[in-house]
Amino acid sequence: MIHSLFLVNASGDIFLEKHWKSVVSRSVCDYFFEALERATEPENVPPVIPTPHHYLINVLRHRIYFVAVIQSEVPPLFVIEFLHRVVDTFQDYFGVCTEAAIKDNVVVVYELLEEMLDNGFPLATESNILKELIKPPTILRTVVNTITGSTNVGEQLPTGQLSVVPWRRTGVKYTNNEAYFDVIEEIDAIIDKSGSTITAEIQGVIDACVKLTGMPDLTLSFMNPRLLDDVSFHPCVRFKRWEAERILSFIPPDGNFRLLSYHVSSQNLVAIPVYVKHNISFREGSSQGRFELTLGPKQTMGKAVESVLVSSQLPRGVLNANLNPSQGTYTFDPVTKLLSWDVGKINPQKLPSLKGSMSLQAGASKPDENPTINIQFKIQQLAISGLKVNRLDMYGEKYKPFKGIKYMTKAGKFQYFDRIHILFKCFFYYLLPI
Amino acid sequence: MLNHRFLCRNEDLKEMLESNKESLKLEAMKRIVGLIAKGKNASELFPAVVKNVASKNIELKKLVYVYLVRYAEEQQDLALLSISTFQRALKDPNQLIRASALRVLSSIRVPIIVPIMMLAIKEAATDLSPYVRKTAAHAIQKLYSLDPDQKEHLIEVIEKLLKDKSTLVAGSVVMAFEEVCPDRIDLIHKNYRKLCNLLVDVEEWGQVVIIHMLTRYARTQFVSPWREDAMFDENNEKAFYDSEEERKVEQTKPYIMDPDHRLLLRNTKPLLQSRNTAVVMAVSQLYWHLAPKHELSIITKSLVRLLRSHREVQYVVLQNIATMSIQRKGMFEPFMKSFYVRSTDATHIKTLKLEILTNLANEANISTILREFQTYVKSQDKAFAAATIQAIGRCATNISEVTDTCLNGLVLLLSNRDETVVAESVVVIKKLLQTQPSQHSDIIKHMAKLFDNITVPMARASILWLMGEYCEHVPKIAPDVLRKMAKTFTNEEDIVKLQIVNLAAKLYLTNSKQTKLLTQYILNLGKYDQNYDIRDRTRFIRQLIVPNEKSGALSKYARRILMAPKPAPVLQSAFKDRDRFQLGTLSHTLNSQASGYLELSDWPAVAPDQSVRNVEVVEPKFYSDSEEEEEEEEEGSSSEGSSSSSSEESVSESESEENSDDSNKSSSSQSEKSSSESDSEKKKKTLKNKKLQQQKPDILIITYLPPQIMQKTLLLIIMTKYILIHIVLSISTQFFVNCMCSLLHLCVFLACQFDVVSWHVHVSLQASSPVFVPETSHELLHRMTGKGLSAQYRFTRQPCIYGNSMVSLQLTLSNSSDQALENIHISEKSSTGQNIHRFNAIGERHTTKEDEFSVSIQPAVGELLLPITMSEADFTKEQGNTNTSYWHADETPTNRPIHFSVCISRFAGKTVSSGSLVLVSVALKDPDAVITINTEKTVIGSMLLRQFKTALTNSCP
Repeated sequence: MIHSLFLVNASGDIFLEKHWKSVVSRSVCDYFFEALERATEPENVPPVIPTPHHYLINVLRHRIYFVAVIQSEVPPLFVIEFLHRVVDTFQDYFGVCTEAAIKDNVVVVYELLEEMLDNGFPLATESNILKELIKPPTILRTVVNTITGSTNVGEQLPTGQLSVVPWRRTGVKYTNNEAYFDVIEEIDAIIDKSGSTITAEIQGVIDACVKLTGMPDLTLSFMNPRLLDDVSFHPCVRFKRWEAERILSFIPPDGNFRLLSYHVSSQNLVAIPVYVKHNISFREGSSQGRFELTLGPKQTMGKAVESVLVSSQLPRGVLNANLNPSQGTYTFDPVTKLLSWDVGKINPQKLPSLKGSMSLQAGASKPDENPTINIQFKIQQLAISGLKVNRLDMYGEKYKPFKGIKYMTKAGKFQYFDRIHILFKCFFYYLLPI
Repeated sequence: MLNHRFLCRNEDLKEMLESNKESLKLEAMKRIVGLIAKGKNASELFPAVVKNVASKNIELKKLVYVYLVRYAEEQQDLALLSISTFQRALKDPNQLIRASALRVLSSIRVPIIVPIMMLAIKEAATDLSPYVRKTAAHAIQKLYSLDPDQKEHLIEVIEKLLKDKSTLVAGSVVMAFEEVCPDRIDLIHKNYRKLCNLLVDVEEWGQVVIIHMLTRYARTQFVSPWREDAMFDENNEKAFYDSEEERKVEQTKPYIMDPDHRLLLRNTKPLLQSRNTAVVMAVSQLYWHLAPKHELSIITKSLVRLLRSHREVQYVVLQNIATMSIQRKGMFEPFMKSFYVRSTDATHIKTLKLEILTNLANEANISTILREFQTYVKSQDKAFAAATIQAIGRCATNISEVTDTCLNGLVLLLSNRDETVVAESVVVIKKLLQTQPSQHSDIIKHMAKLFDNITVPMARASILWLMGEYCEHVPKIAPDVLRKMAKTFTNEEDIVKLQIVNLAAKLYLTNSKQTKLLTQYILNLGKYDQNYDIRDRTRFIRQLIVPNEKSGALSKYARRILMAPKPAPVLQSAFKDRDRFQLGTLSHTLNSQASGYLELSDWPAVAPDQSVRNVEVVEPKFYSDSEEEEEEEEEGSSSEGSSSSSSEESVSESESEENSDDSNKSSSSQSEKSSSESDSEKKKKTLKNKKLQQQKPDILIITYLPPQIMQKTLLLIIMTKYILIHIVLSISTQFFVNCMCSLLHLCVFLACQFDVVSWHVHVSLQASSPVFVPETSHELLHRMTGKGLSAQYRFTRQPCIYGNSMVSLQLTLSNSSDQALENIHISEKSSTGQNIHRFNAIGERHTTKEDEFSVSIQPAVGELLLPITMSEADFTKEQGNTNTSYWHADETPTNRPIHFSVCISRFAGKTVSSGSLVLVSVALKDPDAVITINTEKTVIGSMLLRQFKTALTNSCP
């Protein structure tokens, strides 16, 4: 399966290599570098690159390419999914997954990779199991280890590895037992010039942070489970129970994990919480263009729209922009032609606007496309789909945990060409009755 | 200098490694691992490092392992020093140490130690810890790549590990199977059902591998669930949308899906909800390749969900959707908007989405799609805009209603400021015009006007070709264009030059008056061109069109050759031919066969013997193990509901968690119980509630052939005082198993209570005797009708412990509701004159609500028969002299080749209730079979006969 792994940074240097079978020479990455050169954007590198003797499958995360070398037929998604899992693990261990963090912890990285794959086939990928085998580095532990000579490496087979709940380690103990669930929703919408929605869909996830002693068995029920059109679960969720009763029943892993991701059917009308009025025009023969953009809230159920960020890719002919924001700050990068405007909070009484002129390249013809506008924002205390958690119950343990649910909706992605494409984020926070 | 420094540094590392302090050694190893990670050579430290292989410090040891695995291949002799340490560690009581020793030992690629590895693998394969067995499965692949000659031995180990019941091992051993012996499909037969049932509990990576393997397996073992005429037929797309009734009417010839085929589909379906995209894709491709077409739609949603994942995932999934959407538009049409391109998508994602949108286009949605395309054409990403124009062209040719609209739109684009857009439009218009040139001479004129402003060679060439091809429609403009081209000929690109020569030739033939000189001028230019293609073409054209004494017969036909009507190009998807590869594979993504790609075979025309999956072959020396193995097998396949609890017996240390994980945990009681029934075709029973005592007798089922061994085993069992023993004899001849199982399930068994030893050795025709206990259970009460309670039954074919004239029946009750069900029992006022041994009620007795469900059991006639043994002479005598006998004979056509020498097969049995004799003989005379049934029970006789007939006809190839 996976033969070797090379990590390549943004400037095209290999800074880590690991082999699980015979050593594959670095020169195999030359094919990758060729593809990298051809690609105009870092994202445009094709994920699967064939070479005469090997196949290179790469993923790009945090500006690092993880290039896996494959020698024979294997489902490409298998490798891609695994590489993403590696990145997630690094992030889990080191907080960030950057070149510096990996270089600093190269021994832990090596130990992790050694445990995650055996002969190229995944061996242990559950974070709970890995953490028992190799303890995450902390300053305190490093100090203690140097003094006492103890190690970061577990001596026993993690109990989870053999159990039917491999995602949870045994013997978990907390003095404060807490379980938090974040319901995060994203709206992904394309809106045309006249303001009508072309497509809009809501995707949500429930991220959990569970710190409970022992082997708790939780059930989470919704007020309106029918909203969830398509779901995918963490392996801990009992599928049959969901099928039969629409209840999430699970023995949670210890710590942070993604319990559920869902999709709210696009048949339901999605209320877009903001609107954009824009007028971007260029005149033929003139080296000036006009730029006007106004934002306003819409259907927010009285909640404030916050952390608004507008960005737009202006046409290539634009040399510079001289704009005047009514609030917040804006930047324009003359190289990438990216205009971004950090708006902050929208005040319904005084709508934020950005107006001004753009200077065009002399002699260049009038740009004919309308720029795309992307908007991101958050709305507190609003789950845009209306999904509500009914209750959370715990079985199997005696103590009373502290339980919390937080809702938030993320704002959308962007405007497309002469359209707006939006992604929302709302926060909603309250405590469940115990 | 640098080199020197490096050496110095290595010197101090060496010193550190040789010191007495653990911490120094550890520090040194960490730095060495850092060097390895950077790809620096640290091989000269090998001797110093290898000494530490036996260190007590586990982290140090692990780092040494890392080093060893990396460099052992280069330093083979020194690596051997470490082997004894590993051999010792293989015996360590700590399973983690055993496993990691095996991991490293098998990763050291030194050919000399192959025998040691082989031994270690064999030993580890029988280790008590499933984790070690998993490691052994991985080691198999490593050893195989090191020394392929060990294949045969390794296959033995694989065979053994395939039988493993641990979910931990399943994925790894199937991986080993795929790598070492993917063609040995016969190893899978016996494990097929187990793998299907375990699948949900296997770790996600194992699931992917197993699903891919099972896809291949199923394609060789089951018949196609697709109607032949609907298969891969695009034109039939309509039929797919149309109402279900229509389909049903068409499907008059019944197709009955093999229950094992259904089992696979049913057990993989929940995995569509997996968080692992590879698993979802694997299940999707399984459904695509195995499921009946009308069940395919369930994968759509999951695939569309994957589109919200990472960019790389999107790329692979979109490719697969592109292939699917060519054959089955209907699957993805409702999700069309999910494929709308976003400006932040990477270019290859955009192109794939475009491809899919084009595939999805039909009369109904074309206007929406075209409107969408219009915005794409304005994209700043010019490569993408060009691809969009191509897509518009494809829509225009595929859907005749919009051809004109598209053409007009494309003509408008000709005035676009961007050159790539214009050029691409020209190329596409050229293709479109070929379909209906006469109506569009104005477009050709328009393009001729644009010609001067277009610089992209491909576009220029396209316009020139159009001019030449349709010069009769534009008689005035064409010569003028040629005149201009004659001026610029030398500066044009090769592709344009070729078209100039073409145009000249065509004009010469149609309008030689105006263009004769021009043509000759151009041909002269071409004659001395640097490019040999152009010189070649010029020479050819000159010979063809210019009449001279040397020109042969061809020049007479010059006009017909050059001006022949040309078929319009077919614009089709680049994914058209990708379906030759299995979806979800690397080969499919690359559109070329990757090494190690395993072809998916076509469905067999006739299903191979189904019974190969039926019986568990138990090796006699392990018979004490076989007990639990057999039992589990029974439970596992008896009902879906019990599948999760059946793994309780697996060696795992955490049974309790398994239990609580069980979906029907709370109050569901699932247990076996023999209740009995007298023989009649229909029975009515009412179930209600109470506690089922586990009275399950210890059962040992041995399915082994040689009678000598049988007898020995029996004695042994009797000595060890099993309460009740059933010995089941099995038959090897497949024909028999086939007839037997599908029909009636005549079975032969011997019962012996440990104090009363009474057995019959059945030797009816051959050394071996027939047997088969079906694993399938029938539904008695569905959970919907039963308000959460569901019941299934199966015939165990074991003698009933409650009465000689009773048939034993295994009832499986499961609770799928969230409330406790209590006091389940069979009501008193039940059946019509039948004798039922009721079981005690299940649960406590404070019922609040009562529900009664009426159920009925319909046994196959064969279930009501008990086999008896008699000699052949007795049989014939009996057949002859039963005066009261009812005699049936029939001839059934069969084309089955006869595999065994004795062509007459006889069975003797008696009805359980009354003990009346039933004699069956089947005589096979190719291609016919004569079935004779002697019995005094006419009803049973005729029913048996009917079942025989269907079974014989069905089992024919």
